[in-house]
Amino acid sequence: MSRSLKKGPYIHYKLEQRVLAAQESGKKSTIKTWSRASMISPDFVGMTIAVHNGNKFIPVYVTENMIGHKLGEFSPTRIFRGHAGQKDKGKK
Amino acid sequence: MARIAGIDLPKNKRGEIGLTYIYGIGRSTAQQILDKAGISYDKKVNDWNDDELAALRGLIGEIKVEGALRSETQMNIKRLMDIGCYRGIRHRIGLPLRGQSTKNNARTRKGRKKTVANKKKATK
Repeated sequence: MSRSLKKGPYIHYKLEQRVLAAQESGKKSTIKTWSRASMISPDFVGMTIAVHNGNKFIPVYVTENMIGHKLGEFSPTRIFRGHAGQKDKGKK
Repeated sequence: MARIAGIDLPKNKRGEIGLTYIYGIGRSTAQQILDKAGISYDKKVNDWNDDELAALRGLIGEIKVEGALRSETQMNIKRLMDIGCYRGIRHRIGLPLRGQSTKNNARTRKGRKKTVANKKKATK
């Protein structure tokens, strides 16, 4: 079920503050975050955000198309390396 | 022979059903269209006269059907794949997008079963 419109999109407060600050002072270095549930708002466009996947931070370059998605969608938490005995398949 | 949106409609079906042969029109949309055109659901496709056909064409022209609808769907999928989000990745590798279990089943997305020769168990 989708989130109530009354509440507006969820963006981790501190992350939002940092993004706004970075946008104001020109593009700065990447911002690390654990907040995978935060929605990407138009302010994020052009930023690179390092999103934690439970193991490490995956850098995500935010483009216009990504608005409305959540940060976690771009930082996969599982890596599938193919089935046992399967050869030269299942790369990526 | 009624031809709407590049599709030949079946002659001997009721209008309500006949319209559903167009991609993008189901039962409820067909009923709405017929309501707007003031045609009975039960009137056969064959029995529509030219005026009614023209009215239907006009009404169907307002909604997205067939090629336009298909390409829109494809564009939406392509967008997901291009931005590299989770759903896009699942589209790319042909697995279900919405968190369904893939240990068994999920055959709609995965296609026909690909049997893997089972490994002989090492017994002593």
